Amino acid sequence: MGHAWHLVGILTAVALLIGACAPPLAPGASQSSGPIKVGFIAPTTGTGAASGNDMINGWKLYWKNNPSPVGGRQIQTSYEDTAGDVNTAVTKARQFVEQQQVDMIVGPLFANEGLAVADYLKTTGTPGFYPIVSADDLTQRSRVDNVIRVAGWTSSQPHMPFGEWVYDNQGYRKVLTICTDYAFGQEVCGGFLRTFAGERGGQVVNQLWDPIGTPDFSSYLSQIPSSGADFVFALQVGADAVRFMQQWSQFGYKDRIPLMGGEVLVDQSLLRSMGPEAEGIVSVGHWAEGNPAQPTQDFDNAYLKEYNQLPSYYAAATYSAAEWIAQALQKVNGNTSDRKAFLDAVRAIELDTPMGHLKLDEYGNPIATVYIRRVERRPDGLLWNVPIQTFQGVSQFWNFPPDAYLKQPVYSRDFQGLPDQLKALGLQ
Amino acid sequence: MNLETFGLQLLNGITFGSLLFLLASGFTLIFGLMRITNLSHGGLYLIGGYLGLTVLGRTGNFWLALIAAGAGVAVLGLAIERVLLRPVRNRIMPEVLLTLGLAFVLGDVALAIWGGDPHSIPVPPILGGSINALGLTYPTFRLFMVLVGVVTAVGLWYLQYHTLLGAIIRAGVDDPNMVDAMGIDIKVVFNRVFALGAALAGLAGLFGGAFLSLYPGADSDTLLLAVVVVIIGGPGSLLGAIVGSLLVGLIDSFATALVPDLLYFTLFAPMVVILAWRPYGLLGKPL
Amino acid sequence: MRLVTARPTWPVIALTVVVLIVGLALPYLATSFYVSVVTQVLVFGLLAMSIDVLGGYLGLMPLGQAGVMGVAAYVIAYLISKAHWSWPPAVAMALAATLLVALVFGLLAVRTSGIFFVMITLAEGMLVWGLAYRWSSVTGAENGIRGISRPEFATVYWQYYYFVLVAFAVCAVLLGLLVRSPFGLVLKGIRDSESRMRTLGYNVTLHKLLAFLASGLFAGIAGVLYAWYNQFISPSAINITASTEAVLMVVLGGPGTLLGPVLGAGVIVFIKNILSAYVARWPTIMGLIFIGVVLFAQEGILGALRRTQVRTRSGRVQLHGEKAWDTLGTSSGSSPL
Repeated sequence: MGHAWHLVGILTAVALLIGACAPPLAPGASQSSGPIKVGFIAPTTGTGAASGNDMINGWKLYWKNNPSPVGGRQIQTSYEDTAGDVNTAVTKARQFVEQQQVDMIVGPLFANEGLAVADYLKTTGTPGFYPIVSADDLTQRSRVDNVIRVAGWTSSQPHMPFGEWVYDNQGYRKVLTICTDYAFGQEVCGGFLRTFAGERGGQVVNQLWDPIGTPDFSSYLSQIPSSGADFVFALQVGADAVRFMQQWSQFGYKDRIPLMGGEVLVDQSLLRSMGPEAEGIVSVGHWAEGNPAQPTQDFDNAYLKEYNQLPSYYAAATYSAAEWIAQALQKVNGNTSDRKAFLDAVRAIELDTPMGHLKLDEYGNPIATVYIRRVERRPDGLLWNVPIQTFQGVSQFWNFPPDAYLKQPVYSRDFQGLPDQLKALGLQ
Repeated sequence: MNLETFGLQLLNGITFGSLLFLLASGFTLIFGLMRITNLSHGGLYLIGGYLGLTVLGRTGNFWLALIAAGAGVAVLGLAIERVLLRPVRNRIMPEVLLTLGLAFVLGDVALAIWGGDPHSIPVPPILGGSINALGLTYPTFRLFMVLVGVVTAVGLWYLQYHTLLGAIIRAGVDDPNMVDAMGIDIKVVFNRVFALGAALAGLAGLFGGAFLSLYPGADSDTLLLAVVVVIIGGPGSLLGAIVGSLLVGLIDSFATALVPDLLYFTLFAPMVVILAWRPYGLLGKPL
Repeated sequence: MRLVTARPTWPVIALTVVVLIVGLALPYLATSFYVSVVTQVLVFGLLAMSIDVLGGYLGLMPLGQAGVMGVAAYVIAYLISKAHWSWPPAVAMALAATLLVALVFGLLAVRTSGIFFVMITLAEGMLVWGLAYRWSSVTGAENGIRGISRPEFATVYWQYYYFVLVAFAVCAVLLGLLVRSPFGLVLKGIRDSESRMRTLGYNVTLHKLLAFLASGLFAGIAGVLYAWYNQFISPSAINITASTEAVLMVVLGGPGTLLGPVLGAGVIVFIKNILSAYVARWPTIMGLIFIGVVLFAQEGILGALRRTQVRTRSGRVQLHGEKAWDTLGTSSGSSPL
């Protein structure tokens, strides 16, 4: 058995020796000629599949109409499925960056995927563009220099004005929330309650949290009648949203208690799989495909023509992001190897998109238009979200001064912007 | 928790339990009579559901879809047993690993054919809507599920104890050589039994698709539930499957409401405890 | 019939030297991506070896090892990321926690055999997964735990590779010593015939329990290394699929050979990380490999290779792997206790 120990000794010594020497090759840097390579990661299977496919469609549509934004260099996008799983998302990002040496990563969809991928991109410096991932902290307390929310948003952004609107306009006072139990759901709910309860004084009778991919909401829904709430605030993602709406109506709640939806509950990517149970549902979003404004309708029609579907926010955002990046590329003449210049150019862009006028605040998050919407049926039978109230120039901080706002922790299971939580932190 | 919520959760538990019974009965049938732990049971569930979905989409007939789901997976089951399982008959590890490998294949094939979007199987209109009774509003289809569960349970019990086939099966379990010596080809019997178990999984897939929707990953989710039910209730026991599924359904329903953070723990912990102290389950018989 | 272990022939020695050289010089030979992949192979190889102690040498294949690994991964994730411990005490705590869990799981499992052993380890793995999946306040549930920082000297990918390489080598040697020691021989004896060992006076249950603990310890080390590898942990890394894949690594590589599982890990990691970029249907391929190995090559890759080296007096080749299969018992003959 002496051999074995010799082996260990030799291995350790040599490893330490080599380790002490100069480090080996750095990961390949991007080139300055040839196609501009984009690594696009989104879920095309699982709960987020419908929305993930919309992400890809929106992105593709822009480049189809504008194939070569910068003289000589074509955009070449490769797509990988994250399956909505964080580990897979990081693996795919790693494959793109290290194996295929892409110039930028676009996507993913889920907030937790986005956070993990951002952690990874921080170590390589590869530009990452997040039109969909809305994890609040990426533009608040955990900013990563090379990850930019191009045409993006924060989860709580549209929900803070919504909380005030529901309290002021609808007159409801007692809420039961049913939100998906991960970063996005927690931030959406937190944003809503920050204003509805934290500011206006509305009451929260109970908060229910279900895991992503919940197939059966019966046990959650069954807790509504005895709760004493006068309305329900719900946020579900992907296929969960479709099932939630179905079961909501199957259990007879449609006519019994009002439902206020967080963004994506009745997003178009899911709405198109829903039926009468979704009609009349009020929700909030930074995109409303039923917006009569010309840019929206033009985009709707172009998308309808290409894909035979109305565009969801996922499609509108990636389309706008493509436009954004194209303009930035033009500014740097397609030179993606100077990462700093490229990222600076991206940050300085301000443009009009189908989503409205977009521009980044000093923290790197777009200031956007927020729509309170209602689901209506078009003459051709399709369902879509029509705005009933619009808020212009909404930032990720709503009406709160940024420094004061940043003193709060990020929204989570433990912090939902409720009055007693705010008091305990000395913020009210 | 007030009376209305309690009543609703009780119904949730019972209806979910009925779906679980449909799923677990196939698993326990195969386990109890052939001693095979079919870890591809979830995959069969998923394929059955998707087959039903496709047929329903083409014909618009729910009952036809039911037949397709059951029969289609039964045929698949015949092939699986004959080609893959028979060569490793009676050897635990190879059987387990084989069915595991099969599970991978079935899940991926389902993904390849039917894609990554989750699908709900639309409920036939006569069963859509809800029933109002005793101050509770409850979806009709879920109550129909209970009926289906009861019918299946009665059917299986009748098969096992009141038919010749059932007698042969029970005899084959006790002493396969004797049955063989009596001139009955026991291999064929087991093959048909496996197909029956598979058919039950396929049917469960159809109903599960309406209840819970079909999606990539539903195969492992449902397999786990089937394993929990069978272990708790007792492998090989029909009554055990009934008791186990009701128990699991109720635990799932009430735990979601009362201790949501411990949801899976409340399912798996009883399973571990029973395996450790009463390995035959609540109602199982020694193998 | 005596089993004669062959002296390593010189092709084997040459191969070993080549592997050693490539292993030591890898960061100079390959890009960061491939170095990361090899790091993964080492981590999962360690996990697979820990399974082999039970599955190959003791003859009881556990289906919940990813859960055991998960205990260590989550404990170290929590301690470093959320509680801001420094890494040495965090590692100690993670391994201690894993040993404790392995002890409890072991106490429950060693009283079973055959299919019930498989079931109970499956359930135990799922128990850990279930906690990780729903216990938000501690595990972050679906969000997982991020920001698990590595020790200062191992932060860059190639530094981490060497760190893992050394850890792997040490563990491999320790495991090798374990299975060749008298203790290891007793395990093999139990695998061959439990009743015979009992008659000979060995405390079978104690030996099984100790094997469980040993297996758990190395799974725990793998868990720590895994948490540091991704610097992130989430429930999907420790679910039933993860446990199944780990078992596949052992089965594919050759149960009872210790290094075979590492080979198996190499194949599976390759499929998942490299092949997956080119072939969409890679889970089908993995499933077919599983089925193929079970039907046609139960001794796994290494077992098949060794077959060409092992001869007995009477000419019939006795294979490590095959022994492991058969003594697990038959469906009709097993009892849970």
